[in-house]
Amino acid sequence: MIIAERKPLEEIAAMVAPYKRVLVLGCNSCVAVCMAGGQKEAEETAALLRIHRKKENIDGVVDVFSIERQCEFEMIDEVLDELKKYDAILSLACGVGVQVLIERDPSLRVFPGLNTTSMGYPAEQGEWVERCVGCGNCVLHKTMGICPITRCAKSILNGPCGGSADGKCELGKDVDCAWHLIIERLTEYGRLSDLDEIEPPKDWSTSHHGGARTTVREDVKIDRG
Amino acid sequence: MTAVSNLEKAINSGQFVATGELGPPKGADLTEFKENAEGMRNHVVACNITDNQTAIVRTSSIACGATLIQMGIEPIIQITVRDRNRICIQSDVLGAYALGIRNILCIAGDHQKFGNETGSKGVYDIDSIQLLKGLKDMRDEKKFMGGDEVEGDIDYFLGAVENPFADPFEYRVTRLEKKVRAGAKFIQTQCIFDLDRFERFMELVRERGLHKKIAILGGVTPIKSLGAAKYMKNNVSGITIPDALIDRMKGAEDKKAEGLTIAVETIQRLKEIEGVAGVHIMAIAWEEKVPEIVERAGIYPPPKL
Repeated sequence: MIIAERKPLEEIAAMVAPYKRVLVLGCNSCVAVCMAGGQKEAEETAALLRIHRKKENIDGVVDVFSIERQCEFEMIDEVLDELKKYDAILSLACGVGVQVLIERDPSLRVFPGLNTTSMGYPAEQGEWVERCVGCGNCVLHKTMGICPITRCAKSILNGPCGGSADGKCELGKDVDCAWHLIIERLTEYGRLSDLDEIEPPKDWSTSHHGGARTTVREDVKIDRG
Repeated sequence: MTAVSNLEKAINSGQFVATGELGPPKGADLTEFKENAEGMRNHVVACNITDNQTAIVRTSSIACGATLIQMGIEPIIQITVRDRNRICIQSDVLGAYALGIRNILCIAGDHQKFGNETGSKGVYDIDSIQLLKGLKDMRDEKKFMGGDEVEGDIDYFLGAVENPFADPFEYRVTRLEKKVRAGAKFIQTQCIFDLDRFERFMELVRERGLHKKIAILGGVTPIKSLGAAKYMKNNVSGITIPDALIDRMKGAEDKKAEGLTIAVETIQRLKEIEGVAGVHIMAIAWEEKVPEIVERAGIYPPPKL
């Protein structure tokens, strides 16, 4: 899932300050699971924004509702007429949702209410951790299901670096050394010699470094010829 | 193959080698840097020049390396993979070679979190082993990492670092072996304070015969004060300082003298360990003490080449 957290209220309030009719639009998928942008958080944000605007003597309304996913045209279409009634939409979706709203209708004024942080999972109540950077060329089969690109702070492919101590990263005692975990698991499965090969430089062109990526499945595309 | 640098010659001679370390300044005035270099000119074979160590912006290692060459002192330039991608690294290595630099130390570099530009983007396009292998192939196969041909000849002596005090302990030796295969001919280790652990490391190195394939230079840092020892113990990643050493510093009347004596004794003990080819003396902000350490440790003068 995609993990995000809400921007500071002051930042949000400043973005939408010039607008009278503001909609806080929640997104009920990933960002609802990480308690950042679902219906509940949208309501909270709208309430805080109303109080803030009242203090600042800003006239207007702050409404709120949410849709299932802001990253799909079909779901945006269901409420598009409603969205058009607002001067500003504070999207509590991830960065994808914000952009897809604008792509669906460039006349919409959409502002990001969240900072999108990562792709990961809920490790425990109130804690979400990153597990994938979407490099476009998965190596998990070589590293026993532990991603060195994501979890090693230096994305080392021939690790670990000299900063690994007691299983922890040089970044701090609260960060596991990914390579320590990989070596432990490979040792457990009698496969440590897998690491003897020098892993060549990674082709980063499949990652974001190749520019924004488009994934195409010709077999399922509809020929609109 | 003929040796390309005095460091390579000295190592090939089989004599005990000492290298020094110089940190470039946080400005473009190299006066003090040059004085420090001058001070150890006759006591070490070559001097490391750090590459923005601990991720703090300093004058570039290559520019400082070229300065040493003008002075007739041999540099070992460090290249980290933290700040440059493979395009920039390969370009810089060609430039360094053109300027006369012949010793290159390939390292990952401390994470940018520890420096003075904490918001910077860590590059980490390649890792230190890929860097070694890439530079080896540029030299031996005349190929850039991307496969394109390198025009003309280049020749340099490649080194790497290893930290016997990092974990997982036994894998450190395996990784050293990987660096040997990637092209490293010399290794400078992290500062050695825990000699017992270093001896265990060397035992594993000898079991695999690695000491015959690569020159291992033990890292030695003189401790300047009790505070410095405590700071390194608690805050510097990859450094282990035994409590006994802290106690010894605590009990010493003249802390500086004790720190120097510990460094001298460390070198003397390293000399006795089979497979240790020399020492790398990192007298951080205490460069002027390098001659004294070298002389007292009985490794002066450097090998005659």
